[in-house]
Amino acid sequence: MAIFVNEHTKVIVQGLTGGQGKFHGLRNRAYGTKVVGGVTPGKGGQDVEGIPVFNSVADAVAATGADASFVAVPPKAAPAAILEAAAAGVRFIVCITEGVPAQDEARVYATLKRDYPNTRLLGPNCPGIISPGKCNIGITAGEIAQPPTKGGKNVGIVSRSGTLTYQALFELKQQGIGVTTCVGIGGDPVPGTSFVDCLAEFQNDPETSAILMIGEIGGSAEEEAAEFIKANVTKPMSAYIAGVTAPAGKKMGHAGAIVSGGKGTAQGKMDALRAAGVKVGANPTEAGELMAQIIKSLS
Amino acid sequence: MDLFEYQGKQYFASFGIPVSAGDVAHTVDESIAIAERIGYPVVVKAQVQVGGRGKAGGIKLANNKDEVRTHANNIIGMDIKDHKVKRVWIERASDIAEEYYASFTLDRAAKQHLLMLSAQGGVDIEEVAAKDPTAIVKLHINPIVGLSESVAKKAAVDARIPTKAQDGVASILVKLYGCFVKGDCDLAEINPLILKPTGEVHALDAKVSLDGNAAFRHPEWEAFAATQELDDREKLARDKGLQYIGLDGSVGIIANGAGLAMSTLDVVNQVGGKAANFLDIGGGANAELMTAALEVINFDTKVRSIFINIFGGITRGDEVAKGIVEAMRRVSLRAPIVIRLDGTNADEGRRILAEAGIAADKLITKSTMLEAARSAVAIANGKAV
Repeated sequence: MAIFVNEHTKVIVQGLTGGQGKFHGLRNRAYGTKVVGGVTPGKGGQDVEGIPVFNSVADAVAATGADASFVAVPPKAAPAAILEAAAAGVRFIVCITEGVPAQDEARVYATLKRDYPNTRLLGPNCPGIISPGKCNIGITAGEIAQPPTKGGKNVGIVSRSGTLTYQALFELKQQGIGVTTCVGIGGDPVPGTSFVDCLAEFQNDPETSAILMIGEIGGSAEEEAAEFIKANVTKPMSAYIAGVTAPAGKKMGHAGAIVSGGKGTAQGKMDALRAAGVKVGANPTEAGELMAQIIKSLS
Repeated sequence: MDLFEYQGKQYFASFGIPVSAGDVAHTVDESIAIAERIGYPVVVKAQVQVGGRGKAGGIKLANNKDEVRTHANNIIGMDIKDHKVKRVWIERASDIAEEYYASFTLDRAAKQHLLMLSAQGGVDIEEVAAKDPTAIVKLHINPIVGLSESVAKKAAVDARIPTKAQDGVASILVKLYGCFVKGDCDLAEINPLILKPTGEVHALDAKVSLDGNAAFRHPEWEAFAATQELDDREKLARDKGLQYIGLDGSVGIIANGAGLAMSTLDVVNQVGGKAANFLDIGGGANAELMTAALEVINFDTKVRSIFINIFGGITRGDEVAKGIVEAMRRVSLRAPIVIRLDGTNADEGRRILAEAGIAADKLITKSTMLEAARSAVAIANGKAV
């Protein structure tokens, strides 16, 4: 099992004829993902290395039966692209676009909630999602992800940061630990999918035995996750929070990563997670080692 | 991007929010000219992005030309909590009957807009909230519903704003909300929002933070960006298009990805060092990017060692290594590099670095983040590698 996406997921790429869409779309297909189509208005009828291109998401869904979309378009176009996919009935939308204005994200989130409550958006500004060996949507390098072992103890990963997501996958691979699904929720102020959404899915996924979570400074998503873990998550967890030394008032790259008004500090987040029973590492490697100990104790 | 008060007031005015007549001055003569134009009494206000201006003597009332000269002369060039005053805002002084507080932000937990309104303005709102949480009305606004005049009026009533000021406050709230949404603000705050003895409601201060991601639809922001107070290192980095934040340690940091860069700062700190900067070179790590990054780090004279922390995902380790070797040929570095290279094709990358013919004390390769951090910190602290 895996969460959100698996070997049956059929994906279209919005922006397949653009630089990013083509590069990552083809990589995703090479990984084994069922990339069944692309969407670029005005380029319907063309193909990208054998992947048919359609004028609209509705056309693409009608022709291919796609149930997921990979949005790889510039920030100006991303909000409309997401809502177009939702309107066409796509259930799972991954948006990797970096630089979407927060006001647009808030409107898109509210619109999805009101008009398309069954659609899940991952991102924007996220690395995507990979269920190793089954499906990879986004920019994760598939080769650093260890597929789950059948009947073994496997880990689910959820992370707010791109490179630290890879780091987490890599740490587990070094330890020979399989991953059911790795979800990068992205570092923006209004992510479509939260830690809590992913934790709930992992808790219910029989193949996932433990959960590794990577957070960072800013906002209160980790504190909300801690509350949820305390009440609902029985599977063992390890975590890492980036940004202990980040100065207040400075955005550390991600639009959401800022300590302001004394809120959103790494220490506060680590304390909240520890209080919820999560083993918190001082760096990504330590979080990986803590997870290895957890897996050992479960076997 | 945080705006200065005068920029915030100009931004407010463009959304129809009433602010005091005023203008910005860089010199004493300009200050006097503005005061003569708008009429006395005026307030001379230091334009710095730090609290406590008034206590530091950065806000003064002037009743005539001589007083403007004295105050402007004292304030321009003044140092307020390490912020040098380069300009002052001269505005017509207002008579104040009452002071309120109003702000709009995005509540990330609720994923909705948040209005905060209080009849107790003019002071630190955090203090008001701590002493008496009921003194602040917090109202969530659905971004696709927006804020109507009637909802704004109800908020004013709930905040115990006096009847005579409620309509004026409601009208400003709707305009401030428009500024927050259409103006792409992370924060739009008025403290104090004043009631004049004549009955008008008016923004006496402006705190505006803009969402940099929305710059593409706000060409008018270019004027604001030009006045951002960056240190020389940050200016150079901005010119080169790098995500750089200057810090005050001695270990220069280059990493790919914001999360990994933050994590690198943390690990350096854990092993007893201090980072000189935050620098995220993003997904790619070609020779051009690496050269630009090393030039910026090299410009910082406090840097004693350079820690390059790269995780190869789609960017392959061998490409990164070639980029570093090429960049080291182009830039004459004053500090040695400690590199940790992991991920896709890392072995190949490390081989390229080892065979590049670079002196062993100029380029040190470590296989984990922690080992590399220890080595970089040891060098920065003047100890053996």
